[in-house]
Amino acid sequence: MTGLGVWLGRGFLTLLFLFFYLPIASVIFYSFNASALASEWTGFSLHWYAKLLDDHELLDACRISLVLAMATACSSVLVGAWIGYVLATYRRFVGSGLFSAMVNAPLVLPEVISGISLLLLFVSLEQSLGWPQGRGMATMWIGHTMLCISYVAITVQARLASMDRSLTEAARDLGAAPLRVFFDITLPLIAPSLFAGWVLSFTISLDDVIMSAFLSGPDTTTLPLVLLSRMRLGLNPEINAVGTLIIAVVSTGVVGNSWYLMHRERAQARLLAQAAQARSPRAAQIPVSA
Amino acid sequence: MTGPTPSTWRFPGLPGGRTWAIAIPFVFLLVFFMLPFLLVLKISFAQSAMHVPPYTALLQYQDQQLSFLLSLESYITIFSDDIYFSAYASSVKVAFFTTLVCLVVGYPAAWLIASARPGLRELLLMGVVLPFWTSYLVRIYAWVGILKDQGLANRLLLWSGVTDTPVQLMHNTTGLYMGMVYSYLPYMVLPLYAFLVKMDRSLPEAARDLGAQPWEVFFTVTLPLSLPGITAGCLLVFIPSVGEYVIPELLGSASDLMIGRVMWSDFFNSIAWPLAAAATGVMVALLLVPMVWFQRVQSRTGAVA
Repeated sequence: MTGLGVWLGRGFLTLLFLFFYLPIASVIFYSFNASALASEWTGFSLHWYAKLLDDHELLDACRISLVLAMATACSSVLVGAWIGYVLATYRRFVGSGLFSAMVNAPLVLPEVISGISLLLLFVSLEQSLGWPQGRGMATMWIGHTMLCISYVAITVQARLASMDRSLTEAARDLGAAPLRVFFDITLPLIAPSLFAGWVLSFTISLDDVIMSAFLSGPDTTTLPLVLLSRMRLGLNPEINAVGTLIIAVVSTGVVGNSWYLMHRERAQARLLAQAAQARSPRAAQIPVSA
Repeated sequence: MTGPTPSTWRFPGLPGGRTWAIAIPFVFLLVFFMLPFLLVLKISFAQSAMHVPPYTALLQYQDQQLSFLLSLESYITIFSDDIYFSAYASSVKVAFFTTLVCLVVGYPAAWLIASARPGLRELLLMGVVLPFWTSYLVRIYAWVGILKDQGLANRLLLWSGVTDTPVQLMHNTTGLYMGMVYSYLPYMVLPLYAFLVKMDRSLPEAARDLGAQPWEVFFTVTLPLSLPGITAGCLLVFIPSVGEYVIPELLGSASDLMIGRVMWSDFFNSIAWPLAAAATGVMVALLLVPMVWFQRVQSRTGAVA
């Protein structure tokens, strides 16, 4: 590429990242603003953070959201990994087309649709079976799990597809039962994708508005629902403080996670190289080309 | 753990492990994904009623008579009321232009990131992903702070002397598209990046060496090779945009009425459940073709992974 092209490219990417990060920066900036007007900078203050500690509506919602996100992350990993395993292991079975369509559709399906349809399911179930009684944590838990399992399933499926199949075949040949092969060989190998799926499900659940709006009960208002109702009423500087806290936690998590994965991969590559050298003394003499 | 050997795994008379392994998640998906859709269809043919739940049963047993009533009332309302038609039309329009802008901005972005040197590439990619992980609601709210009358954007415009009165930037089409493109751009960049980074770079180089102009190389080599990424990215932006609720609610205007908002208000404000169910049914029908298309792209290429 010519010199001009390189500079145009850099300029474009700079503008793009400004577009991505300016709103985030403005939330952080105004969360430390002393003024209640939120547009006039009148000095540095932790006033809005202090106010959060007395805001019981917000704190309760925060607690509900965290519990729900934990539960959702665990159940989504369990169900999602199972689905991903089925997709990767048994490629063709009766109804496999429908099965994979039911996994892929939620990736794009507008949430208003899945929210309304799950709500109607729960209402019908309550009429015919007497469960669930009203809406609350249980219904939101199932709804959020349905939002997350497709992402987990696809991550796990991709990981399994890239895995060396001879490992599980060798274990089977040596007489291990399918369940044992799964727990001793497959599970440790897909562990990083399970962890990634857990984190992703946790953040999806913590962030969800629409599914929660349809499936929450009177005493189970989640944090995003409280935030949305306050945003509808107008600007509330406390939201900037909550936003800053969410941004801090999530970005630390994401950056830390990818740093950890990168180092883990390097360490694994080093261990494999060492193992290869230890096994064949001759290999140690051959320079390893990187 | 001393597991059973493969020969004792199968109990007599019971299906084997493979059947159970497939059947359990299959039934789970049928109950919590497929069944709800069928119920939406069922309730869309019911009538509104003033009790809990607020709709009539299709099958009724009264005076020793079993009656089966299908009401087309909701569908007639949807097809005759202009609000619904214009809401569907404006949702598709907004989704279409959002997809177009995301493609025009996202393609060069993905291409530039994919062409960066390896270390920088991962850093830039993380830069695109990171906002996507942080609270969606807070990011939309941040745009309210930027676009409102005394917001950051207007201060900049006033200071630079472009205008002397604040320009209305939100609760109109500008604000709506700003929020839509901002939220959906990563969904376009990520699949495009995945295809562009996998692409064999020697092919465009070979075309250049054989004397093709840069634009010829782009239109005859690079673009066709990244076509599955374009399709996946466009569908990932278009389909969910049609049903978007939060962005039109916080940044859009009343005249940009999108179907997600209409369904929401039918459901929560007017408690017209059969009507909302029928609107959902029509929306699913509208999105069926793009969704089947997405399913084919996804199962062939695994665009989202």
